[in-house]
Amino acid sequence: MVFKRFVEVGRVVLVTYGEHRGKLGVIVDVVDQNRVLVDGPQTGLPRHTINFKSLALTPFQVKIQHGSRTGVVRKALEEKKLMEQWKSTLWYKKLCSRENRRKLGDFERFKLMIAKKKKAAMVNGQVKKLKSHS
Amino acid sequence: MGFSPFPFSQAPLPISFNHSLVLVVDADSSSFYRIAMASTSGEVQQKGKEQVGQDKEQSARTSDKITKPKRKWYPADDEPRKRVHRKKVQKPTKLRASITPGTVLILLSGRFRGRRVIFLKQLASGLLLVTGPYSLNGVPMRRVNQRYVIATRTKVDIQSVEIPAVDDDWFKKNKKKPKTEEMTDTGKTKLPETFIKAQQSLDSQLVPLVKEVPFLKSYLCSRFSLSYGQFPHEMRF
Repeated sequence: MVFKRFVEVGRVVLVTYGEHRGKLGVIVDVVDQNRVLVDGPQTGLPRHTINFKSLALTPFQVKIQHGSRTGVVRKALEEKKLMEQWKSTLWYKKLCSRENRRKLGDFERFKLMIAKKKKAAMVNGQVKKLKSHS
Repeated sequence: MGFSPFPFSQAPLPISFNHSLVLVVDADSSSFYRIAMASTSGEVQQKGKEQVGQDKEQSARTSDKITKPKRKWYPADDEPRKRVHRKKVQKPTKLRASITPGTVLILLSGRFRGRRVIFLKQLASGLLLVTGPYSLNGVPMRRVNQRYVIATRTKVDIQSVEIPAVDDDWFKKNKKKPKTEEMTDTGKTKLPETFIKAQQSLDSQLVPLVKEVPFLKSYLCSRFSLSYGQFPHEMRF
C-alpha cells in the first residue's frame, strides 16, 4: 500500500478530538514524533501544538514554509480556496449530516424513521423485481 | 463541643478550693456550660486569696468588654427554649419551561410508559393533565408528575380547544360514594358518565388538530423506545 497523505508542513488537517473538534487547520511545523504545530485562521483553530492522534489528514495541501505566520497561512489557504474545496468533499457532507441527525427532535426522528422505511421498501421492491427477471 | 469566647486564661471565675484542683466554670451561652477540672500545680496555687480577688476584678472588666453576661448566675438545668413554629407553606409547583399547553410529552412511568401524549394544563396540585388523545392511543385524561415525563419540542396548537373543567378531585377514587359508579360483570367500577363525556368532547376537538399535521397522528399512536446506540442524555427531544 502506498501512502499518499503525510504529516508534513502545509498539510491540511481536520481536528477530530477535543475542544476544537471539527475545525480545519494547516500543519505549520512538526514538533516531534507525536506533535505538530497547527494553525487554522479561517476556522478559528488557534495556533497551537497538537498531538496528531487527534488529527485526520486531508488530501489537501498548501505551499507554506515551516513556521509560517498566521497571515501567511491565511493567504495560502485563501489562494487555494481551501474552504470551498473542503466543503465540496463527501467527507464534509457526511460530517454535516451526522451533525444534523444529532440535532433532530423526537418527532423528526420519527419522521426520519418512516422515510427510511419507505426508501427501504422501494429499494427492496426493485431488487425483488430484478431478481425475478433474471 | 461548646466554643469558648475567651482564651482559657481569661476564663471568668477560677474558684480555688483547698484541694489541688480548680473548678473552672465557663459559660459560652445561657444553655451550655463547660466544666473543666484543672490541676493547680503552677500559678494558681501561688496566688493568695488577695490575688484571687484581683483576678476577679480583672476578669470582670475584660469580660465586660467582650460579652456582658445576661445574668449573674447560671441555671443548673437546661431551660426549655421556645420553639419557633414556622408555617409550612407549599409553594406551587413550577412548571418546566419546556412544557406549555399543547406540548407533546413522552410518559416514562406507569401503565402508559412510552406513550406520547398531549399536555393540557397544570392542575392545582402541580400535576400535569395530559391526554393521548384517548381515541388515538388510548391514553385518557390523566395526571402525571412532570418528573416522569420528557418534554419534546413538538407542540400542538390547542388554543382553540376547550379543556374541560377538570381538577384534582376528579381523579380521587371515592369509595364511599358508589352511587354513580356501577359494578360491571368483571368487577371493575364503571367510569362516571361525566368523565366519559368530557373525554369524548376533548377528543373530538383534539383529533382534527392532530390530523392537520402530517405524520403527527401516527407519531402519537407510536410508542417511544430506545434502540442501539441511542443515549437519552445525548439526545434532543
